[in-house]
Amino acid sequence: MTLWWIGNVVLLAVVLPVVLYLLHGVLSATKAIVPSVQEIGAAAAAGSKDLDAAVLLLTTQEQVTQTIAVAANYGGSLDVILDDAR
Amino acid sequence: MEAAGVVTILAVALIVLALVYYLVSVIVALRKITAGLDQAIASVGEIVEKSAPVNDIVMTINENLDAGVDLLEGLLVKKAGLTDAVGLVEGLYPGSAAAGFRSFPDSTTIEAPRIGEVYTKGTLTLARLGREAPIAVGNPAGPALRDVERGSLAARQLYPEVRQTRPETLPRSPVIGADAPVQYEQREDIGKPRKRLPASH
Repeated sequence: MTLWWIGNVVLLAVVLPVVLYLLHGVLSATKAIVPSVQEIGAAAAAGSKDLDAAVLLLTTQEQVTQTIAVAANYGGSLDVILDDAR
Repeated sequence: MEAAGVVTILAVALIVLALVYYLVSVIVALRKITAGLDQAIASVGEIVEKSAPVNDIVMTINENLDAGVDLLEGLLVKKAGLTDAVGLVEGLYPGSAAAGFRSFPDSTTIEAPRIGEVYTKGTLTLARLGREAPIAVGNPAGPALRDVERGSLAARQLYPEVRQTRPETLPRSPVIGADAPVQYEQREDIGKPRKRLPASH
């Protein structure tokens, strides 16, 4: 009977506080992750929205190609018009 | 039942209650994390999808720009000579001669001449005007604007029409003198001392 009471005391005075402490630590760590994940999600969404303008690179590519073609034609004309350096 | 047994049952029940409370809380938090990660993964997927062609496009743009730079540098050096080309670029963009031309490594060692004094300010102005210069009024994609084997008529046609097409009649020159059809009042300041202009500093 005495051992039983000692077991009860150990259960209430040692095991229960240790269990509460560990569970509280797990819950705190888990809750701390939530805002970080939400911030990551918001940042990823903002980054995705910023990349909407990446489609315009196709227009830039086309414009650069046309500009270089015009410059090449212009240079060809200049090559005919102007004399070479001596 | 003995008192020790009741205490044991109460202690175990307390431990189970604590386990239930904390584990349910952890489950709720993990579900929030899962929802947040789903949202983040969806956005990251969009980023990957949108940025996939960027590399190829930028590479193509860079290749075109490199070709354009090589073309213009080569043309400039061919027409003006390496030394004068460096001087012309230095005149337009002071300090850029130190970088030199990419296709002409020797250009970095050339001491840039002061082109602004050699070619006059008008030449540099025309160079700055670029496509707005009269010679470029025509379509650059078309044939050469000037026939190099003949006269400069083709080039003169770029300017306003006066006598390029040899019109039969031209506007008459104004008649001047005492019996001119248009008489102007004589200015009172003629013959008087010239006004002094403010001194320039």
